[in-house]
Amino acid sequence: MADAVKLDAPKLKARDFKSDQEVRWCPGCGDYAILAAVQSFLPELGLEREKIAFVSGIGCSSRFPYYLNTYGMHSIHGRAPAIATGLATSRPDLSVWVVTGDGDALSIGGNHLIHALRRNVNLKILLFNNRIYGLTKGQYSPTSEPGKLTKSSPVGSVDAPFNPLSLALGSEATFVARTLDSDRAHLQQVLRAAAEHEGSAFVEIYQNCPIFNDDAFEVLKSPDTREAALIRLEDGEPIRFGADGGERVVVQSGYGLEVKDAAEVDAADVVVHKESVDDPAYAFALTRLSGTELDHTPIGVFRNVKKPTYDAQVRTQVEHATAGVDRKEALERLLGSGDTWTVL
Amino acid sequence: MNTVRQLDRVVIRFAGDSGDGMQLTGDRFTAETAKLGNDLSTLPNYPAEIRAPAGTLPGVSSFQIHFADSDILTPGDEPEVLVAMNPAALKANLRDLKSSGVIIVNTDEFTKRNLSKVGYAANPLEDGSLDDYQVIEVPLTSLTIGALEEYEIGKKDAARSKNMFALGVLSWMYSRSTEVTEDFLRKKFAKKPEIAEANIAALRSGWNYGETAESFAVQYEIPPATLPAGTYRNITGNTALAWGVIAAGVASDLPVFLGAYPITPASDILHELSRHKKFGVTTMQAEDEIAAAGAALGASYGGALGITTSSGPGVALKSETISLGVSLELPLIVIDVQRAGPSTGMPTKTEQADLLMAMFGRHGEAPIAVLAPQSPSDCFDAMLEAARMALRYRTPVMLLSDGYIANGAEPWRLPDMESLPDLSVDFATEPNATDDAGEPAFLPFLRDPDTLARPWAVPGTPGLQHRIGGIEKADKTGDISYDPANHDHMVRTRAAKIAGIPVPDLEVDDPDGDGEILVLGWGSTWGPIGAAVRGLRERGITIARAHLRYLNPMPANLGEVLDRYDKVVVPEMNLGQLALLLRGSFPGTDVVGYNKVRGLPFTSTELQDALEEVIKNG
Repeated sequence: MADAVKLDAPKLKARDFKSDQEVRWCPGCGDYAILAAVQSFLPELGLEREKIAFVSGIGCSSRFPYYLNTYGMHSIHGRAPAIATGLATSRPDLSVWVVTGDGDALSIGGNHLIHALRRNVNLKILLFNNRIYGLTKGQYSPTSEPGKLTKSSPVGSVDAPFNPLSLALGSEATFVARTLDSDRAHLQQVLRAAAEHEGSAFVEIYQNCPIFNDDAFEVLKSPDTREAALIRLEDGEPIRFGADGGERVVVQSGYGLEVKDAAEVDAADVVVHKESVDDPAYAFALTRLSGTELDHTPIGVFRNVKKPTYDAQVRTQVEHATAGVDRKEALERLLGSGDTWTVL
Repeated sequence: MNTVRQLDRVVIRFAGDSGDGMQLTGDRFTAETAKLGNDLSTLPNYPAEIRAPAGTLPGVSSFQIHFADSDILTPGDEPEVLVAMNPAALKANLRDLKSSGVIIVNTDEFTKRNLSKVGYAANPLEDGSLDDYQVIEVPLTSLTIGALEEYEIGKKDAARSKNMFALGVLSWMYSRSTEVTEDFLRKKFAKKPEIAEANIAALRSGWNYGETAESFAVQYEIPPATLPAGTYRNITGNTALAWGVIAAGVASDLPVFLGAYPITPASDILHELSRHKKFGVTTMQAEDEIAAAGAALGASYGGALGITTSSGPGVALKSETISLGVSLELPLIVIDVQRAGPSTGMPTKTEQADLLMAMFGRHGEAPIAVLAPQSPSDCFDAMLEAARMALRYRTPVMLLSDGYIANGAEPWRLPDMESLPDLSVDFATEPNATDDAGEPAFLPFLRDPDTLARPWAVPGTPGLQHRIGGIEKADKTGDISYDPANHDHMVRTRAAKIAGIPVPDLEVDDPDGDGEILVLGWGSTWGPIGAAVRGLRERGITIARAHLRYLNPMPANLGEVLDRYDKVVVPEMNLGQLALLLRGSFPGTDVVGYNKVRGLPFTSTELQDALEEVIKNG
């Protein structure tokens, strides 16, 4: 979107981004909440609808583009980041979004995800993580917890899962965030930050699958447990959470971070969150605070640093080379370059 | 005084260790030959290993050139002259040499150690085993070192110039001027003038050696060929494809996006296009073959000319993306530079065994257009044709080149810029229908009644926002549809679109008009088949020939042509893939296959023998 001109756009509304297609997710699916949040966020981009393109892979989440009145492509399993890279590289005037899921992005499409991130292509990648294969009716996914009982793991999955944010950081991602399907305000705040980021923005959205993995994130949602489990990251603020506005804090520990009771810790030792730390080790340590049990789960922007983007650099090379070139004339010269001879 | 003898054609093979610079030597001899106006055809042959152990058989690299005073079609069956830079080169190439052919050997390399490396118990230069050939012994290494004594370069560097000494000798033998190569060396080593001068000195010493040494009694002259008037250059198939891509961008006035993953023998197309950004060409070295195709398709979606290049194993990986292209109905050009398979097979050797993959190697009913260039220079025109079909019919197109024409070279008469086809595209910019409420609407799958192509509305076009995907689409609207009748209709319509792409009629070369046997080839067998047919006709044997450039759809008159002949002989570097297609589509035709998969092009001699056999047996 580097070159996209923000218009004095006619004030579009959420309803302007609804397509005429009937939404076909299961009742209660977290995707509905995400769709509504995205539709009501998109007017904030200040772009005409035709300047926005959503590219998805395969899976429940990947039906997303059909329901938005923008340009959209529902592609093939795992390949959306690659396809979107071609689109974003050749079309700087577009705002290109990728919608994917845990199976799509982390299993079959793992290679494309990590390469899009390390190249820092100007894409906003929304990974709907429900920790299960939904569209194929309930097999364990690369983010399912070990021991998970599913149709394809009747005595428990023995796969060790990915931590998607750790993976993204290991892939040199410049923007890494996490949010929840049920928290519209937070979700939109994260989308806003992602949209403003120049380069790849990776957003993991915990999303509930009521059919095959219901309440997977309940610990982060239930009023009884969420305060003890959810860590809301705020740039420039000490990392505190828990009851009474912060009975628990995050502090340095060895090579990483750990959670302690605030009472045991000198206030000066509480880690102050900074999105722009260049060394990804800090953000990585944040991603390791929670395991598959989601006991201490940070949400918000983990990392947000500025690096050159792949697509802009590629375009700069081409623009530099094409400046003032008459293609037809140059072609004639190319064909006649080197050793030639003339037959009369 | 040396004797000068006139010849009409010669086949020479330069062979040496892969570090000996044989490809460069061959390339320079080719440039000198082209400058003289001979027609020519070349064939490099090198190992897949970048540097196999020196002096071993797997490390032998060779370059063959056929040049003549008339037009020629192949790099030649058997070399008449073999330049062998070491025992390995001699051993690996001797069996191909014409009986009583000339062998120029570098005697310095025929040491005990080098001989035993390749299993020579005795020195073939001494044991009489080469008595049937004319052996010219030249101590190339020591002569070169001697010639470069006054240059301030080490012995090792001096010895490296022995390929230029050999080139000098051959240049004298065939009356070629060394000037072209001297200019080339000065440019190539512009930053190291002492190396340039040493190489030039080696080259001239070789030439002078030829003139003075008594071992070279005869000098040959091959008069220029009479080719159609025009400006010519020598070109390989891979370069012609790359330039064809650039030309397609110019002719369509679209930016070009190439997604590619390195693979032999297609990588040179990526290399070449990466150098030509000034034509608005973006090249992406993707993380894998799938991403290469995906990024190209994504760029096509955005309105660029999306292209992906690979060879068999990579094309197999792109299969799912090509099917998506079929379903989305977007342009995508897939270049398959075929090599010997399956799997890694023999990456630097040629084969034509991907035809059925190109035709059918996808899931579902997923027809695409398929065409195959017939020679190195033809790759340029074939690429423009591929672009025409992809852009006009919004479809993936597979172009089947192969290792033989990718690396082989021949003179190419440069096209007139005015003759470039008009490939301009009409993007959709306006609604093309009205909805139930009478409002303007855009139907992304409302087809052009002539071409059956759908409108190409790229993101960014106001008011035409729409969603496309791999899920079956309702006719016209493109909405998701699981309706049985709609699916049947869409499958048939996509097939009809490809089947309806107009392609030129098959031209038959049947001078007497009374041939009973037709030889029908496709792709790179064009040269060898042509040479074989010419040979047969020179001997008074009647045969008709035709060559299929369009494999899907096939020319409309193909069935009628096949009907005219009692037998149709189909030589292929596979086990009968075109033959299978012909038998399926034209069951009344008596198709006789001639099939070899040796990683090498057919020789015209073996084809002559095979065709004669069929003719004899009626």
